[in-house]
Amino acid sequence: METVTLTIKSQPGLFLEADSITPDAFAGKKAEEIVDLPVYVGREQFRLGDFFEVSGRAGATPAETKIVVNGDLSRVKYIGMKMTAGEIVANSNADMYVGAWMQGGKITVNGNVDAFAGTGMKGGEIAIKGNAGNYLGAAYRGDWRGMAGGKISVGGNAGSDLGTFMNGGEIVVGGDVDVHVATHAEGGKIVIKGNAKSRLGGQMVEGEIYVFGNIDTMMPGFAYRQDVDVDVDGIKGRFALYEGDLGERHRKRKGQAIYARLYQRINA
Amino acid sequence: MAEFLIKNGFVFDPVLGIKGDVADVAIKDGKIVETSALRSPKVIDATGKTVMAGGVDIHAHVAGPKVNIGRNFRPEDKLFNCTAGHGIERMQGGFSVPTTIRTGYNYAHMGYTTVMEAAMPPLYARHTHEEMRDTPILDQGAYPVFGNNWFVLEYLKNHEIENTAAYIAWLLRATKGYAVKVVNPGGTEAWGWGLNCENVHDPVPYFDITPAQIIKGLIEANEYLGLPHSMHMHANNLGTPGNYTTTLDSFKLSEGIKPNSKFGRAQVMHHTHVQFHSYGGEGFNFESKAPEIMDYVNTHDNITIDLGCVTLDETTTMTADGPFEHHLTELNHLKWANADVELETGSGVVPFVYSANNKANAIQWCIGLELGLLAKDPMRVFLTTDHPNAGPFIRYPRIMKWLMSQEARDQQFDAFKHKDKVIEATNLAGMDRELSLYEIAQMTRAGPAKALGLSHMYGGLAPGLDGDVAVYDFNPNEPYAPDDIEKAFLNAKHLFKSGVQVISDHEIASNGNKRTLWVNARANENPQVMRDIKEKFLRYYTVTLNNYEVTGHYLRNPHVIEVDATQ
Repeated sequence: METVTLTIKSQPGLFLEADSITPDAFAGKKAEEIVDLPVYVGREQFRLGDFFEVSGRAGATPAETKIVVNGDLSRVKYIGMKMTAGEIVANSNADMYVGAWMQGGKITVNGNVDAFAGTGMKGGEIAIKGNAGNYLGAAYRGDWRGMAGGKISVGGNAGSDLGTFMNGGEIVVGGDVDVHVATHAEGGKIVIKGNAKSRLGGQMVEGEIYVFGNIDTMMPGFAYRQDVDVDVDGIKGRFALYEGDLGERHRKRKGQAIYARLYQRINA
Repeated sequence: MAEFLIKNGFVFDPVLGIKGDVADVAIKDGKIVETSALRSPKVIDATGKTVMAGGVDIHAHVAGPKVNIGRNFRPEDKLFNCTAGHGIERMQGGFSVPTTIRTGYNYAHMGYTTVMEAAMPPLYARHTHEEMRDTPILDQGAYPVFGNNWFVLEYLKNHEIENTAAYIAWLLRATKGYAVKVVNPGGTEAWGWGLNCENVHDPVPYFDITPAQIIKGLIEANEYLGLPHSMHMHANNLGTPGNYTTTLDSFKLSEGIKPNSKFGRAQVMHHTHVQFHSYGGEGFNFESKAPEIMDYVNTHDNITIDLGCVTLDETTTMTADGPFEHHLTELNHLKWANADVELETGSGVVPFVYSANNKANAIQWCIGLELGLLAKDPMRVFLTTDHPNAGPFIRYPRIMKWLMSQEARDQQFDAFKHKDKVIEATNLAGMDRELSLYEIAQMTRAGPAKALGLSHMYGGLAPGLDGDVAVYDFNPNEPYAPDDIEKAFLNAKHLFKSGVQVISDHEIASNGNKRTLWVNARANENPQVMRDIKEKFLRYYTVTLNNYEVTGHYLRNPHVIEVDATQ
């Protein structure tokens, strides 16, 4: 695997829209070609090289390409958007839409990310060492096709509207989450190792939510069923199982209605 | 104004009866003229290319409140689908519910120059006109909806044709409307009561009138006034398996009524998006009844129809047929918007994905094309998608490809997941008819222009008609692949609108000088109707009459069609 290293040298006046920072866009290119890739500030187009020092070279294919991005990226959007393979390591906080519509490969962010990371994600892996903003692994505004596959892990906390319209894949949050979890979800798995606030699983018809800590307010559409032993993300424990959202339609499989399941750990 | 001479193209023009002969077309002062009338024209070399009049769309939802609800609640329709402005071209976006700017440009790129907005809620006529005003290039008009209007229901309950006509004349003037549109007659009003009208004899709650009375009465009122277009109809029971009997029952209501119009049309009913109304069977066993429908249409020349072809795309359905949209959201569980328009109509909006993997959608695709291929008179059967309901208008060239090429249809059949079941439920696989470019010109130009009562302006290349001419990169005399048809008709090489070159070498060259067409029908003074209008506004409407009428800046470049219906 070949490595390209980007180091931010000047900060954009507004925000930099850099959806060209992907192994797919870099593959087969030398540093002097990569600097010419387009980026946008507002409605004006610039070169990637206007904002970043570029060194190294990309592999022949996206899968053979690793991108390391250094410096303060808190004003850089769309890192790894739509990437299909390869690897990106961002050694900083990053702005919105990290790994949005990602299909494969891996993104590691050694910092926090702003909203919409993993929007409409189909595959691959996003590892966020710090906190994530709102709408992590959610659907694009208006769309009913949210995260469908892949895995997102967050070391810290996540914001509100986590996994909206989620259809598949997995999100693991090490810390706490804000309101609205898995709204409208029809699949997938969300693990919250810290505390949750309220509105978990609103209009959710299928999929799983695991909460290790407290839930401030349970949705009225979720009903307690039983206590069960669960092994989730390598941790075994006893959980209270709720099913919902009872106010929604539910598909049937072999005559049985399928419900979304919400597991809350029972403190010993 | 500039003069243009479009030389040596293969011309297809049903008005002059030219079927692909090489001919020159001359434009001067905004009109088509004899070539001898030109002095120093700019010469456009159309050698090896196809030349037709500008396209005329008789039915599309391109402006107004429900289109805008679609835009507002589908931001994902614009995702990765926006282009920045450049040169004289303005910023544009969207696919099934494009911005007004893209609507104008995309129609122009297809060689269309006139597009009728198919359903205008009278109360929101101002909004509709604002959007049309912002749609570049195209001449447009809008059809106010009448089929669930309280005035109409009350007058027609007692078969008061003269009062209905007076109200129609007043409303066309107030809303600057073009024609009488009927959507699910009585059914949308019934939807206000949580009900629907599923056939022409299903009574409307409270008003105690049947759809049949509404339909027949509105046809009679339309002919009483002698409007340019006929009554424009979306029958009850759209989209339901077995509904073709309702469609035939609705057709039959036009029997015995003769057209009264000085505008050259021969029909008294235009039935729109007939694909949605040609279903047999029931439930999941639904099947094509296109042959039964076309048997009727082919033998009754006081009816015209448009197809409403399913294009197998992700799109946004929107109609004043409120109960149907509720049915749809129950079916696909996607988001739903619903609106009631006080005293007048209602509407609903739901996104829909027509998939080649879905048997029902594939059958719908077949039915739309069957209707077109079974048409004996292409001057009475028009190409539409009921944009955006059965598919976005940008797919018209693809429908031309399917209608013109059995090979293209076979390719699509092979892509169906349930090919055998689809073939069993339809007739399309056995049809080898391939429409000619001349027939396509009838279905997309001359036919709709005539049915709209606008054959004195649009639809052909005869001297005196408007200078609306499209030149396509298509040589019909050389071998071509089916996809070449779509490619050429999606991207006109040149387009002239009212004598202005709006597309030059595939690029937008001018934002044109669009006109808004409306019909000013002057009927006898009718104090009773005027009193009823005042009373309804006083008692029921949430706006006053002063805030209702479309005037002044709402109308861009109005073009009034005068009708004298005083007797």
